[in-house]
Amino acid sequence: MSLEQFTDRNVQQHYFKVDIEEYPQTGWDRFKQVVKRGLNGELFVGLWVVMREMIKFDIHTVQYPKEKLPIGPRYRAVHEMQRLFESGTERCIGCGLCEKICISDCIRMDTRIDENSRKEVTEYTINLGRCIFCGYCAEVCPELAIVHGPRYENTSEQREHFILFEDMLTPIDMAIKGEQKEYPGFGAVTPNEDARVKKTPLAY
Amino acid sequence: MSKVNITIDGKPIVCEEGEFILNVARANGIFIPAICYLTRCSPTLACRICLVEADGKQVYACNTKTKEGMNITTTTQNIQTERRAIMEVYDVNHPLQCGVCDQSGECELQNYTLELGVDSQSYSIADVERPIKDWGHLHYDPGLCIVCERCVTVCKDMIGDNSLKTVPRGSDAIAAKFKETMPKDAYAMWNKLNKSVIGLTSGEEMLDCTSCGECAAVCPVGALVDTDFIYTTNAWEQQKIPATCSHCSAGCQLNYEVKHTSVASNEEKIYRTSNEWNYVSLCGAGRYGYDFENRDVEKDETAFNAAVAAFEKADTIRFTSTISNEEALMLQKLKELKGYRLINEEARTFKTFLDNYAAVSGQQLYGGDLKKAHDANFVVSVGTALKSDNPNARYAFNNAIKMNKGAGIYFHPLKDPVIEGIGKGVFTAYHKPLREEAALYLLLDLFGDKEKLPSDVTAYLASFHTLKTITVEETVKEKVVEKVMVKKVNEETGEEEEVEEEKTTMVPKKVSKEVEVDENRLLELLDIDAQAWDDFLDKNLKKKDAFALIAGPDLYTHPNAKNLARLCALVEKYTDFELTMIPPLSNTLGVALICDLDSEAGDYSIGYNTKGDFVLSALGDGDLDMPAMNQQEGTLTSIEKRVNPTNAALPYGGYELGDIANALGLNAKYAIDYTAQLPVEAGFEARDFDSLPNRFENDGTEVRGYALNNVAVATGDEAVEKIDEALALEGENVIYAANPVRQFTAFTMKPHQLNEESGIYLSPAQLTAMGVAAGDTVRVKTAAGEQSLKVVEDNKIDGSVMCVTTFDPNIKTEELFGAYRFATASIHKEG
Ligand code: SF4
Ligand code: SF4
Ligand code: SF4
Ligand code: SF4
Ligand code: SF4
Ligand code: FES
Repeated sequence: MSLEQFTDRNVQQHYFKVDIEEYPQTGWDRFKQVVKRGLNGELFVGLWVVMREMIKFDIHTVQYPKEKLPIGPRYRAVHEMQRLFESGTERCIGCGLCEKICISDCIRMDTRIDENSRKEVTEYTINLGRCIFCGYCAEVCPELAIVHGPRYENTSEQREHFILFEDMLTPIDMAIKGEQKEYPGFGAVTPNEDARVKKTPLAY
Repeated sequence: MSKVNITIDGKPIVCEEGEFILNVARANGIFIPAICYLTRCSPTLACRICLVEADGKQVYACNTKTKEGMNITTTTQNIQTERRAIMEVYDVNHPLQCGVCDQSGECELQNYTLELGVDSQSYSIADVERPIKDWGHLHYDPGLCIVCERCVTVCKDMIGDNSLKTVPRGSDAIAAKFKETMPKDAYAMWNKLNKSVIGLTSGEEMLDCTSCGECAAVCPVGALVDTDFIYTTNAWEQQKIPATCSHCSAGCQLNYEVKHTSVASNEEKIYRTSNEWNYVSLCGAGRYGYDFENRDVEKDETAFNAAVAAFEKADTIRFTSTISNEEALMLQKLKELKGYRLINEEARTFKTFLDNYAAVSGQQLYGGDLKKAHDANFVVSVGTALKSDNPNARYAFNNAIKMNKGAGIYFHPLKDPVIEGIGKGVFTAYHKPLREEAALYLLLDLFGDKEKLPSDVTAYLASFHTLKTITVEETVKEKVVEKVMVKKVNEETGEEEEVEEEKTTMVPKKVSKEVEVDENRLLELLDIDAQAWDDFLDKNLKKKDAFALIAGPDLYTHPNAKNLARLCALVEKYTDFELTMIPPLSNTLGVALICDLDSEAGDYSIGYNTKGDFVLSALGDGDLDMPAMNQQEGTLTSIEKRVNPTNAALPYGGYELGDIANALGLNAKYAIDYTAQLPVEAGFEARDFDSLPNRFENDGTEVRGYALNNVAVATGDEAVEKIDEALALEGENVIYAANPVRQFTAFTMKPHQLNEESGIYLSPAQLTAMGVAAGDTVRVKTAAGEQSLKVVEDNKIDGSVMCVTTFDPNIKTEELFGAYRFATASIHKEG
């Protein structure tokens, strides 16, 4: 599914009616329906389907947790921290907007000025035990650095394990190989952005 | 000054004649956009956004004075166009992508861009390279600078350092098409902005100033930032705790900005301080000296029990002036209960001085304050190293001279390049130590109402004057006409010939004249050059109508302190001077008013933040920990005769003085339960702590705590002693007990950004003269004692007097001095 379809929020009203037979109206009609269904052996049709499929070994059940259903790009699960495509450096500039906007006050970060006079994020944590996955942080982030990933399970012996920056950050080798996926959900650039922005004149 | 009626946007307003429109509007809750103007400083017209229409003419609200009947409109179509264009210009090459800027939203550029609805950009110019500057404690990013010149203005008009100025940017000229099409004021403002960035007046790489940080505080954008603060946290993450600075007697209003220490630690930490810079200016101690708290203290019951036992045993409590009024009252109550002797020498001498002053003046406290000094146009200081004793008094001194076309006289033995740097308006009278009486007599002589002054004083003053006929040499220019032969081409013949011509020249010539002059021996006593003095008064005494005298701590410990106090009272009574006295340390005034102090200590003493047999200390080095002033709530009494509230910025887990007081028989849950019990007879009010405000109104009114009542006292006679002319410290080496700027007590030693060293401060010239270098150790010997001190170079003092620091309790410099702040010493290099 392409992003355009998601960002186009003008859902068209193409409804069609499902073909349903008339509901029984009187007590007698209802009695007739019960007798008819009870005696025509539909139950065994169902059982036969089960038997047949069992023997065919063509199973359609998703084998969770070995298998997972693909998840919609707007689903808001555990955060990921993106890197820049070309250089692999972290996208986060440490602006602190996610920390500010977080509705459950579960983001914290430490910053400092580094040797190149840039702002460096020295620590970054999200307390996922408190996060309500509202997506505000991803939406406010000016750098598309923090995004929601598709990982929706959290299991660990320690709550603290949920909040490590390193776990959220795209592994450097993935980033360099270009395997990092641009996040299409909350806060992503909308497709008609170019048209909306007024250009600043430049004197070069 | 008289009241006038004006209207702003149809609203009738009564204001002082000659007030700036902008200030009147602000005081009356009318909004006029303004970027470059700083209240209490001169208008620079850098931003021009404050355009308004006054009586049909477009004027700048920040520099136009109100007149009777003026009719002002704050916005017109044209003004709106100008303002929007101005904001667009500010946004050229500053495109509000503010990800990591330290202003973090407290940004006037962002605010006005939004306010004026700038949603597109019409102008452009190629940017030039503007590298970031590391100026030591300040960090300057010209890329963010909008050249509003507020930093330059505050440093010049308020602080008095003149350390910053505009320097050329070296950019291209603005494209001609803009000049033709854009609004006029916007173009003019851009043209100025495009030519400059901010640089250092000294031309050096590093900033060498008195390090107050006001320039960074007033910067409307994130261009000028405290180096220590850069990128550590966002403004919006911090909780602002309104407080009162406890380092000196100015008692400046400030906010401690507090946030958790880090991801790993929830402990509260102060990241910086902020202030209402339009109405109060901090010094470096207040701004950077915030982390003096007593950290990680828990209730230590053994130590507490030992403390209570020590109190039971003790007969004396020694304490310093870094103490709240409430704590002072606890000590006083304990004295009444247990008969302790209370020892605080600086407060006792100050109190004695005040009492002696009151006996003549009839009021317990001096009549002036620093606000009056700010508003004066003739300021005089006597007996204080202004810049280090009370930085705010120095700001008032400077501000009065700079802003009110004022003039000032600085009477002090220590030569001070910073005071001289204020400019032509200041006369520095570097007299010998112990001659302060002469300075006060001189004021009486010059400004006193001779009719009303006690007749013996008038007679005594007259005795200094002699009429003398002297011969002065004057240089006059004389017209001399001479005949010279010049070669000229005869126009008719075309030949060169000599012709005689008359030539007039002005030749300087020395002539002698007999003139009758009045010689004033007081000037001689003060080592003042009579000629320079007369010239100064000639130039600077005209049109002066508001006088302020700042008297300082040198007087309180002077051997003739009593006479000085009485002289101060006479000056206040018989001249137009408003008198302000600088209390020696933070809450000396409060302590002096609350506690009944003793001069003799007993056998076993409790020391509170000072030495004693059992020491309570907020510095963390005593027998029982106490909370520091940024961990306490309470009130402090300032030089402004105000009782200012301060709040706890940081938590404290240990025992407080109140706990000990309770164990000894007093009964109060919190220290602030004592606020309403402060002695009314000394001028305090019976007001609860929680009812005390701590802010400034839009018109600059200080709504902080309450003002002390200046209690009337019975007066005696007005007799004063003559000057003891034999009294004067002379000699090769005179030392002065004074701290470098930003240092006051052990509490200013602790903060990590205040790194001044303790020891003996010598000017570069003194270093050469004595053949020592910074870092050497010298043995200083005086009549009172001797000490080995480290030599520190200080280019902010000059002349022959050297400064010995007193803030460091680890070196016992007080042993070098008697009571008085000056002493003669012999100094030898060690090792
Ligand atoms: S998703 Fe919402 S609650 Fe969770 S960290 Fe982001 S802003 Fe906070
Ligand atoms: S909002 Fe984005 S760039 Fe800013 S601190 Fe959060 S993750 Fe980093
Ligand atoms: S550094 Fe700040 S205060 Fe100074 S001119 Fe630039 S913007 Fe204005
Ligand atoms: S820190 Fe203070 S003295 Fe130094 S340049 Fe800034 S305003 Fe001036
Ligand atoms: S030390 Fe004095 S002048 Fe400096 S900020 Fe504190 S109270 Fe104000
Ligand atoms: S505020 Fe008046 S010109 Fe800037």
